[in-house]
Formats: sequence, C-alpha cells, structure tokens
Amino acid sequence: MTGLLSGKDLCLLRGDRCLFQQLSFALNPGELLLVEGANGSGKTSLLRGIAGLLDFETGHISWDGQKTLDDFQGFRLDLVWLSHRVGFKGELNLLENLQFESALRPSSMQKTEAVIERLGLARLTGLPFRYLSAGQQRRVALARMLLAEARLWMMDEPFTNLDKAGQSLVAELIAEHLTNDGLCVVASHQTVEIDAPTRRVTLQ
Amino acid sequence: MSGQEKQVPGLLGGFGAIIRRDLLLAWKRPGDVLNPLFFFAMVASLFPLAVGPSPEQLMLNGPGVVWVAALLATLLSLNSLFLSDFEDGSLDQIILSPQPLPLLGLGKAAAHWLLSGLPLVLVSPLIAMTYRMPGDIIGVMMLSLALGTISLSLLGAIGAALTVGLNRGNALLSLLILPLAMPILIFGARTVSLAAAGDPVAAGIYFLAAYCMLALTLAPFATAAALKISNE
Amino acid sequence: MWRFFHKLASPPHFYGLAARMIPWFYAAGLALVIYGTVAGLFYAPVDEEMNDGFRIIYVHVPAAYISMSAYMVMAIAAGIGLIWRMKLAHAVAAGAAPLGAWFTFLALLTGSIWGRPMWGTWWEWGDPRLTSELLMLFLYFGYMALRAAIDDTAKADKASAVLAMVGAVNIPIIHFSVEWWTSLHQGPTILKEGGPGIHPDMLYPLLGMILGFTFLFGALLLARVRTEVLQRERRSRWVRNLIMPAGEAA
Repeated sequence: MTGLLSGKDLCLLRGDRCLFQQLSFALNPGELLLVEGANGSGKTSLLRGIAGLLDFETGHISWDGQKTLDDFQGFRLDLVWLSHRVGFKGELNLLENLQFESALRPSSMQKTEAVIERLGLARLTGLPFRYLSAGQQRRVALARMLLAEARLWMMDEPFTNLDKAGQSLVAELIAEHLTNDGLCVVASHQTVEIDAPTRRVTLQ
Repeated sequence: MSGQEKQVPGLLGGFGAIIRRDLLLAWKRPGDVLNPLFFFAMVASLFPLAVGPSPEQLMLNGPGVVWVAALLATLLSLNSLFLSDFEDGSLDQIILSPQPLPLLGLGKAAAHWLLSGLPLVLVSPLIAMTYRMPGDIIGVMMLSLALGTISLSLLGAIGAALTVGLNRGNALLSLLILPLAMPILIFGARTVSLAAAGDPVAAGIYFLAAYCMLALTLAPFATAAALKISNE
Repeated sequence: MWRFFHKLASPPHFYGLAARMIPWFYAAGLALVIYGTVAGLFYAPVDEEMNDGFRIIYVHVPAAYISMSAYMVMAIAAGIGLIWRMKLAHAVAAGAAPLGAWFTFLALLTGSIWGRPMWGTWWEWGDPRLTSELLMLFLYFGYMALRAAIDDTAKADKASAVLAMVGAVNIPIIHFSVEWWTSLHQGPTILKEGGPGIHPDMLYPLLGMILGFTFLFGALLLARVRTEVLQRERRSRWVRNLIMPAGEAA
C-alpha cells in the first residue's frame, strides 16, 4: 500500500499485551483515516505511534516516501496534534498560548484574528486559559490546527465531551481541511460521519 | 498548502520562546521562584541555630553551608521543571514540534537557571555576610555558584525528565542527581574555602567552567532522550 | 562474524550458550581465587608498614575493580539496548546492576575493615577510594530505584539506560574530584597508588584474585541474565517449550 502517509506491519506491545500486529494502512491527500474501536483497544497508542511519541515493536511509518524515523523534522513540519489534554498553559491567556505555538512550528499568525473570530473565541482572549470551559479549550486547540500550516491533522477523540454544535464544528473543519488536500487521522469510539473519502482501521 | 518547502521558525526562536514562556509563567506564579529562595535562606540559617554561632565555626563552615543550601534549593525547584508540561499535554506539543528537542530542553534548563540559579547567586552575598565571609571571598563564591548552578540546571533537567510523572518522583530525583552533582559541590565549596585560606583558586574555577561546558554540550541530548521516554 | 552477534542477540540462543559457559566460568574463577587466596595469605611477604591485616587487599582491590567494571558493563549494555534496540542487552544491564552493587558494598566493607587499625575509626572521609566507592554505591542505588519506579519493563529499560550512560560519563569526573578533594586534606590512604616495584610475590596473587573475581562475576552475571531472559520472554514459545516440552503430558 502506498500513500502520502502509510504504515507497514505495525505491532505494538503495551506491557505484556499485544495491542495489534501486522497492521498496515495508507492515506492520501483529501482522505480521512478513521481509527475505531472500544475504549482501551489501543486507538490512542496507534495515533501516538504514528506521530512518533512512542515506538512500535515492528514496522514503520512513512511520510512522503521516507521513513519518519529517518526524517523526523520533515514529518513534523507537516504534523499537528490534538488530544483531550490540549497542551496549553492554564496561567497564560489564549493569545499568549498561541504566540508560543508560532515559535514551535510554521504558523500563519496573520490569520489569528480571523480564526479566533470564526471559532467564537473573540471575547475570551484576555482570560487565563484555565478559566475556559472544556468546549472552549477544545476550540482553542482547533485554532492551533487552523493556524498551523500542516498537511496532516492527527486528532485523538476530537468529538468527545462536545455538544452537538461543537461536534458539527469539528466535522466541518475536518471536511474543509480534507477539501484543501489535507490528510486527517481521527481516533474515535463514537461513530463519525464525514463527507469525505474515508479509510477505516478497526481495533479489537 | 500542499508541497511547499516549509520553513521551521528560527532555531533560536524556539529556544527563546520557551525561555520567554517559562519566565512569563513564573511571573504569574511568583511562588515558584520565591519558595526555593526562602528555602535556601532557611537551610543556611539552620546551621548556626543547630551548631552554635561561634564566629570561627561560621567562617569555617560558611562556604560549605552556602553550597549545600544552594544544592538543596535547586533540587527543590527541579522537581517541577517538566511536571506541568507533562500533565497538561504541552510536552506532547513540544516533542512533536519540528524544533530539535535538545534545543528546547536546553531552553527549559536555561529558564530554570534564570529562575532558580541566578536568584541564588544574587542572594548568596547576604547569606555569606551572616557567615562573616570577607568581601573578596564573596566574589569567588558568586562565580563558583554561578558556574555550579548552571551545571546543576543542565544536569538536573536530565533527572527531572527521567522522573516526571512517576509517583514519589521527588525523592527519586534527589537520589539520582546527588551522586552526579558531587563533583560540582566538591569543587565549588572547596574553591571558596581555598579562597578563604588565601590559596589559589584557579584550578577549582577552571574545573567548574570545564564541567559547565561539558554539561552544556551533552546534557541537552540526554534530556531530550529522557523526555521522549518519560512521555510515552 | 555479524552472524555470530546476531545469533547471540537471540534470547533462546543466548540462554543455551550461557548455560554451557557458566560452569567453565565458575571453575576458572574458583581456581584463580583459591590460588590468589593461598598465595596471598601464606606466601606473600608482609609489607614493612602494614601488618598481616593488609592482606585484605586481596579482596578489597578486586572487589573495587569489579564494582567499577560492572558499572561500565551495565552502561555499555544499556547503551547498546537503547541505540540498537536489542532486548538482550537491556537484560544484561538489569542483571549487572545488583551484582555491581554487592561488589561495591564488599569493597566498602573490606576497605573499612582494612582502614580501621590505621584510622582508629570505621570510616575515613579523607580516603579517596572509599569515598568514591560510596558515591558509586549511590549511583547503583539510583539506577535500581529508577528501574523499580517504572512499571513498564520496556520504559524502565530505556529510562535507566539514559541514566546509566549519564552516570558512566560522570564516574571518571567523580573519581577525579574526590582525589583532588582528599589531596587537599592530607589524610591517610589505604593503597599507595602505583608504588614502583610492587613485589611480584604480592602482585601475582593480586592479579590472580582480580582475574578470578572477574570470572566469578561473569558466571554470576550470566546466571542472572538467564533468569532475566526467562522472565522477560515468559510468554514466548521457546520458554513455554522449556517449561513444558512438546510431546510430554502436561
């Protein structure tokens, strides 16, 4: 299988348990990879392995024809990550947090105002981040993804703990990203319906 | 969006941004900086209270006490170096950034020194005076403390990275770092004692500087490796 | 040549090979230790300054030497495991640590016993070797404590590997700094470093003891690593076949 992003023969051990083995996938621009399975089946571990936060027992991930192990920087230039631990500092406000992000990875910061406006965060910019609700914090994480110039979006349970409006916002943003030739890997234990070519990996 | 050559934001940009962020965080939570400083002062006060205030003893023990107190205060502040980043998911973002992780780790250590080591160096003359240290010795003491605390921040970042997220990681951090920090303590404290006795201090200062250089070149890589491992 | 190392890295192959090597190591080790002990206790001349009590160097020096070599073995094995991701190497590091700690303790104990008549106390901070050995013991404790604090074996392997390598870089620095520190304070030291013309009747038993201890350490290490390997690979087929050979009634 080939694709812009692909995984070959992946096996992951957690302690003594083998979460999955001989797992392969391929993903092309405009496509969504949906990782499904019950809680505890290893979805988060698979995503973290693809991103490079943990090591697979066997197999490797390739990006743009090169193994990610050989060229981490190139891969990470095109990668942005979202999980339920949003990764912002509670004491700093929204703008200060996003400012720090711009130093970590290529970001189009000139769009900041527009993005904040679009995500309905305009009145929250001065507050310390920890005063924001869970849904609002998730939207700031989405702002990070919109501002980052990354082709690959990796999202671990992006729909959980969101109300209907929040969930449809996430779906809308994903669909938009895919239309712009982006790639998206989403792990979710809920059923996800997005109008885009979708490949699925189901973990037991 | 697709296929363009991406520019990683400047290397020094990432390094500087992490320092700025940590300084900003410390500004909003001054206790993080002040508590170890008070600890430093209190530990230094323990000895005269426990051992007796005779001037000869004070002058003899001064350098050692200041150094031990600085070491303990630094260990205290090292505990939480990576803790909040680990807990709120910032560590994920930092590791996944295209910036070289050793450089970002170096930035954390640098911020730690600015917030912990540097204040210690600046406060140390006050402590030294209570130990009746003469003025010219205080200069040597501050230099040795400056070099030593830089090395401690670098070395301690490795330990903090290895133990972040572990239960009872605090005691473990001390157990890991203290044996490795012995050369710093030995050379630092003894150099000041030598100065007090009028002996040449060049050897000690050179050693501290050399150790600092070694730590500067090697420690960030160990810190990066440890961070990735702990964050799994 | 590479094939040999590749086979060596395979746990079941190592398990069998080690089993065959251990008895030889024990034999060689015991033979050398017996030679060293007898020659050292009965035939070596008495040093002018020290009395018969000095003969404890025949245990102290080898123990100290092994305590340092064991750390190097541990650090190198851990490094190989970390960089080349060889699981057996991690098992070697895990096995070497407690052994090294025991030899360090032995060195401290014998050093203390030796120094007692000279110093009048059981501990002398002014002795560089003793103080270095103590710090060495703390390094071992730190390594074992870190391992114990991490539940996941693979993660514990990697974290302790980083620590072992950092420690290995620091050991020469620690020794040097302790030497410098004690040289400022003229204290009594146990062993005059590199005394010219150490009497051959003293030297050979000492070398014999060092070599013997090395073989014994090797045997003990191989035995420990075999146990580690069994535990780490307990779910694999080759271990199950060992416990319950195919074809036998369960």
